[in-house]
Amino acid sequence: MEKLHLHYDVEGNDFIAAGEASGQVKRALRQLGIDFEVIRRCAICMYEGEINMVVHADGGTADVMVEKDKVTIILEDRGPGISDMELAMQEGYSTASQDVRELGFGAGMGLPNMKKYSDSLEINSEVGKGTKVTMVIHIPG
Amino acid sequence: MRIQRVREVLDASVLCGEELLDREILSACAADLMSDVLAYVKTEALLLTGLTNTQVIHTADMMDINCIVFVRGKMPSQELIEYGRKHDMVLLSTPHKMYYASGLLYNAGLGACR
Ligand SMILES: Nc1ncnc2c1ncn2[C@@H]1O[C@H](COP(=O)(O)OP(=O)(O)O)[C@@H](O)[C@H]1O
Ligand SMILES: [Mg+2]
Repeated sequence: MEKLHLHYDVEGNDFIAAGEASGQVKRALRQLGIDFEVIRRCAICMYEGEINMVVHADGGTADVMVEKDKVTIILEDRGPGISDMELAMQEGYSTASQDVRELGFGAGMGLPNMKKYSDSLEINSEVGKGTKVTMVIHIPG
Repeated sequence: MRIQRVREVLDASVLCGEELLDREILSACAADLMSDVLAYVKTEALLLTGLTNTQVIHTADMMDINCIVFVRGKMPSQELIEYGRKHDMVLLSTPHKMYYASGLLYNAGLGACR
């Protein structure tokens, strides 16, 4: 049973608003009284994913589904896609511009952080079509 | 360590959150890379950084960091200070560079995030 479904449209290349959806998700999870550590992991995963949509894919949509035993985060964009997934997953690999580096991102740690802090990370990406990232974080019973 | 003590140790000025200086800080993290902050910070930590854009506030918000020290006398914009205030944060600015400011806090007994 779904307890909560949140949906956001994330603007592309808006370096100021980037992260706002993640902040709202965090506050919503807190209101549900979800475990502190689970919220922290969701926040890290969602924020890195949101930043990626903003800086690499000209924005997209974010959906967060909360169930009794898990939080599912789905980030979908119509950006350029990822051609070499293995390379993209490596710590330190980044195609980010200097502008992105000045924000404190773009060091190639986003996808590795998302993998580290989610219980499962699935990325479906097609070059020229877009990318869909699905992350699941379990809520311990 | 209370934020009031952090302020004294770093000769810092208070940009916002004057009324929150008796908050307790358990550890500190110095970084210009927000992904590192997301990867390593523990609870009730303070962040020292040389960056002054909104992503610093977003990152701190994600990690429940409620005190940020801008190093090397960097001054964030008035909008960013307001944004920090809205998020109930204490924002400080110290004239010291990152390494020296970190050393001062470490010497005064504030440990690293482990
Ligand atoms: N949503 C996306 N659309 C297109 N490319 C992406 C997307 N997310 C990540 N990438 C690619 O994967 C690389 C690594 O991502 P990440 O680990 O988050 O590092 P960073 O964002 O710091 O570059 C990016 O530099 C980019 O080339
Ligand atoms: Mg990234």
